[in-house]
Amino acid sequence: MRRVLPFPVLTLALLAMWLLLQQSLAPGQIILGSIIAIFASRGLAALQPERPRIRNPASIIKLIYFVTVDVFRSNVAVARIILEGRRHEQTAGFLTVPLDLHDRTALAILSCIITATPGSAWLEYDSLRGVVLIHMLDLVDEQAWIDTIKNRYERLLLEIFQ
Amino acid sequence: MTDIPVWLAIVVGLLSLAGALLTLVGCIGLARFESFYERIHAPTLGTSFGTVAVLLASILYFSVTGQRPAIHEVLLLVFVSVTTPVTLMLLARAALYRDRAERNGTVPPSVGQDIVVPPTDAKS
Repeated sequence: MRRVLPFPVLTLALLAMWLLLQQSLAPGQIILGSIIAIFASRGLAALQPERPRIRNPASIIKLIYFVTVDVFRSNVAVARIILEGRRHEQTAGFLTVPLDLHDRTALAILSCIITATPGSAWLEYDSLRGVVLIHMLDLVDEQAWIDTIKNRYERLLLEIFQ
Repeated sequence: MTDIPVWLAIVVGLLSLAGALLTLVGCIGLARFESFYERIHAPTLGTSFGTVAVLLASILYFSVTGQRPAIHEVLLLVFVSVTTPVTLMLLARAALYRDRAERNGTVPPSVGQDIVVPPTDAKS
């Protein structure tokens, strides 16, 4: 099983993507999509990536909810900063956050969450020290941001992956 | 052209306008901000809820008018929200590396091992 389908979830996701793109559930499309999905996931296996282990799927829903709410709030906040046109030099700044997260998949997800959220961007991560450098557009209360990242996202990602 | 109910026209119209407006504000921010690091925050308005609003409008319109069951717009959201951060991070890291090498402005030192950056002449 492992040899034929090294990444079963990925294969299923690729098949689902294929069917969504074709907008059809015709048997021909299912067969074609399956062939593509199987070969593509075997192609990924050739790269020998780490296999992410999801321990707590329920937390994923919670994480998606948190991220949606936060991204919406940041959209409003950043749109306001842009439209008010006030001076930003005082409020934008760099922030270093120590992380307890070491799983590579979880770190990749965290970096995408932070960068996709308007107003914060993940700049560089050091795996030896476990420290990340983040740029914030509105850095008024450093500790509040560190708490948000650590308690909201990192805690959930730790539950999911480690 | 199919006739669409009024409520749908209003909701779809508002959603597409909201999405377009957010994207526009993001573009204004891109032009208005002063440093590179501030600029990377602005386009995410368009790629997060700007996209979401336009996609919701599209899903609603095509699903209610019944031209096709439309949920494959969700794929767009997935791809946009996975690929844009990667691009932004690459650009920001390139800027960070250059600013450190040229010693421009107030860029913090590397959080990792001290990366030896050869002193370079800014003009060369």
